[in-house]
Parts: sequence; structure tokens; C-alpha cells
Amino acid sequence: MIIFRHLVIVIGVFGAALSVSAGLVWLERRLLALWQDRYGPNRVGHFGLLQVVADGIKMFFKEDWIPPFADRPVFVIAPMLLLVTVLMPFAVIGFAPEIVVADLNIGLLFFLAMSALSVYGIVLGGWASNNKYALLGAVRAAAQMLSYEVFMGLSLMGVVILAGSFNLSEIVDAQKGMWNCIPQFLGLVLFTIAGFAETHRMPFDLPEAEAELVAGYHTEYSGMKFGLFFVGEYLGVTMISAMIVTLFFGGWLGPFLPPVAWFALKTFIFICGFILVRAALPRPRYDQLMGYAWKVLLPLALLNILVTGAIVLAVH
Amino acid sequence: MLSILKGIWIILLHTFRKRETIAYPEEKPYLPPRYRGRIILSRDPDGGERCVACYLCAAACPVDCIALQAAEDEHGRRYPEFFRINFSRCILCGFCEEACPTYAIQLTPDYEYAEYNRQSLVYEKEDLLISGPGKYPDYNFYKIAGMTISGKGKGEAENEDPPVDIRSLMP
Ligand code: SF4
Ligand code: SF4
Repeated sequence: MIIFRHLVIVIGVFGAALSVSAGLVWLERRLLALWQDRYGPNRVGHFGLLQVVADGIKMFFKEDWIPPFADRPVFVIAPMLLLVTVLMPFAVIGFAPEIVVADLNIGLLFFLAMSALSVYGIVLGGWASNNKYALLGAVRAAAQMLSYEVFMGLSLMGVVILAGSFNLSEIVDAQKGMWNCIPQFLGLVLFTIAGFAETHRMPFDLPEAEAELVAGYHTEYSGMKFGLFFVGEYLGVTMISAMIVTLFFGGWLGPFLPPVAWFALKTFIFICGFILVRAALPRPRYDQLMGYAWKVLLPLALLNILVTGAIVLAVH
Repeated sequence: MLSILKGIWIILLHTFRKRETIAYPEEKPYLPPRYRGRIILSRDPDGGERCVACYLCAAACPVDCIALQAAEDEHGRRYPEFFRINFSRCILCGFCEEACPTYAIQLTPDYEYAEYNRQSLVYEKEDLLISGPGKYPDYNFYKIAGMTISGKGKGEAENEDPPVDIRSLMP
């Protein structure tokens, strides 16, 4: 019985994460269109919902080309690696009390480790492509992820101090009185910015930077391998949104509605936030991006830990 | 920092703006009458072909997509024996219309003539010739030009004086 229940949760979480991120392709196009006073895809099916299916079919029938100069095995493994590493953190996120794949006592660390690993997918993809643009994109991705990873972890320490645990379910439970977004507002801002950089979404999409690097690290990818990178990006958005909700907005906590509904609703709002930022902000220069991380955000994250720690010590 | 937040806020307010898209097949845009679309050959108010097969349009066409052959009928009117426009090459520049001395060739605000077969884009005279005068309802070239045709001798055109007898001394 327990095993059966577990299986259902695993398959449910897996299916939900993948279908949500596929649906995001549609959502993003519609929302971007809305904010740019257009309609976006609205022809295939109701509201263009079948566009996702149409795109998927198209993707499958595209020629899946591996360039002759590429490093074949690595080239094939890289997109899978990205997808797996982005998918893994969903295992520790609690969607409702008891609905979690693996209630690790170091869930938060697991999440950080996995999101740090996801850079391998990109770097290896760029490296194996054996293409200047792809390599430049990969190098950028590595540097960017490293810099942002540093204070992403640090910005979460305030939450850990308040909850006294690395377990995500316990962190959510610790927010019963007050959501972390109020006492840890600085942490929230820092984590959100780091999240954008982690998923290399619009203001921080320098690894892709179509304007200068063709398509960055996935220049040479086509067909479903490109599709994996694409879905990986949306999975990342879903994952970071879910993490923001879990860590700062009380996860499944909320009145009236069932916990899963609260979780889904909050996550949805943050996903829309991701898309809104993409619609609004231009891409910074690369040195601005790095300088910002090391000179502004890292000190702020350290300050956040210092102050939070001091207050918690003083209160106890 | 503040400008970033302001930018995001402004974009968010766009949620309530009107969408600019014209949903094309259901909703057609307004095109002004002088829009440069599909080309037609017009007739004068009496129903005769306006084109006098002068080749000026074919000469003006930058992509050489007009082909025609001049001929003359029993009334002395010149007309094109065939008149062919290859719309797969036409760039809709409107030079032919500007070159035409008789307002025969005209561009119209119609653009819906896509075809699956490239050959179907080659329009012959039957496809081009319309039964009306197009954009210039009153213009009738042969009524104005001094050229003689049956039913209109020398000096009988509009704004034209009768011919002078150059051997006479009378004023
Ligand atoms: S519109 Fe321009 S390209 Fe087309 S037939 Fe006339 S002169 Fe040629
Ligand atoms: S359409 Fe006009 S320019 Fe062309 S041959 Fe006829 S009269 Fe001349």
C-alpha cells in the first residue's frame, strides 16, 4: 500500500512537472503577447491550447542532426543531463503535507546541489558542439551559474536559521505564523534574482543571447534534443517558482482551499512573474551581470545572514 | 533599481490595453484605394480597351514581368494581342501604372491571389482585363488624343481645333 501510494506520487509529480512546463511554452507565448498588445498563438484548438501538441509533433519530426565535428556521446548526453538535474529538485518539494516524493532532511541542500549540477548539461552541450558560439555560451553559463550559485545558497540561510531545519516540509511548517517573505524579504529578492540567473531566463539569458551568440550553448542542437533544452528551461522556471513558494510564501499553507490548490496557485503566480520580467526587462551587459553578482548581491546576502542570525540569537 | 520596477509595472498595465492585432482572415484591414496590389487592365467609359500596346509599362518594369504583343484593329485602334503579367515576379512597385499614358494598367487594393501552383500566377489578358474604367472613370484616351480612328477624324478630339488648311491664305 505504501509503495503504491509512493508510486502514484512519483508518477504524479513527474507528470505534473513535465506537463506544466510544456504548457508553459503556450502560457509564455500568450502572456508575452498580452503584454505586447498582441494575441499570440490562438488558432490551434481553444485559445491555441493545442499549439503545444502541434509544436511537440513538429519537434519530433524535425531532423535530429548531430554535427560531424561534434563530440558525439557528450553531445547526446548533455540535454538529458540538464533535464534530469532540473527535474530532480521536484523530488524534495512538498506539494501538500505528505505529498512529497522524498522528504529528505537535507532537502534544501539537495535542491542547491542539483541546480548547481544543471550547469553541466549546458557546459557539456556547448563544449561538445565544437562551435565557437556554443562554447562562448557555455563559458558564460558556467561563470554566471557559479557567481549566482554562491549567493543563492547564502540567501536561503536566513530561511534555514528561522526554521532551524534543511527539511522543506519543516520550513513550510515553520511559516504557519508568518510567511517568510516578510522577515526574509531581502532573502526573497536575492533568491528571486539568483533564480532568474539559475534558469538563465530573460534578463540573465546571456548564455543564449540570440543577439550576439546565435543561440548560445544550443546553437548546434536540433529536433528533440533542442526540445529537451527548451523544456529544461521551463522546468527550471517551474522549479524555481515552486521553491520561492515553498521557502518564502508558505508553500501549501492557506485558508479554505485544499493545500495542493494553494501550492499550485502561488506557483502559477510566480511563473507569471517570471514571464512578466521577461516581457519588461532588457538583457544587461555581461560585465554588469558579473559585477552585480559579486559586488552587490553577495554582500547583501552576507548582511542578510548576519542580521537574521543576530536577531534570532538575541530573541532566544 | 526604481526604473526597473517601474518598467515592470508599466508592462503589467499593458494587460488592460487593447490588442493591436488584426485577426486577418476574419477581419480585413482597410486599404486605401491607391494601395498597390493586384494589377488590372481597364477599359474606357465606352467599353473599349484602354491599352494601346505602347510597351511603356513593359519597359518601365524593373523585373521584366510584363509581356505583350501590339496589334491594330480595323478601326485603327492599337491593342495588345496578348498581355501577360507574371505575378510571381511582380514586386508591386507600381512603375507600370506610372508609365502608362492611357491609365490602362492600374494597381488595385486586392492582395488575395495566392496560389499553390506557380504557373497559376501568370495572368493572361482575359484575367487582367476588367469591364470598368478603374480609378479614372471619365478618361477616354482616343477621345483626347489626336490620332485618327474610324468615327473620329483629324481635329475632332476634345480640346482640339479643326486642322488648318496650310495652303489657304485666310486666317
Ligand atoms: S508593379 Fe512593378 S514589377 Fe509589377 S508589373 Fe508593374 S512595373 Fe512590373
Ligand atoms: S498598359 Fe499602358 S503602358 Fe502598358 S502597353 Fe498598354 S498602354 Fe502602354
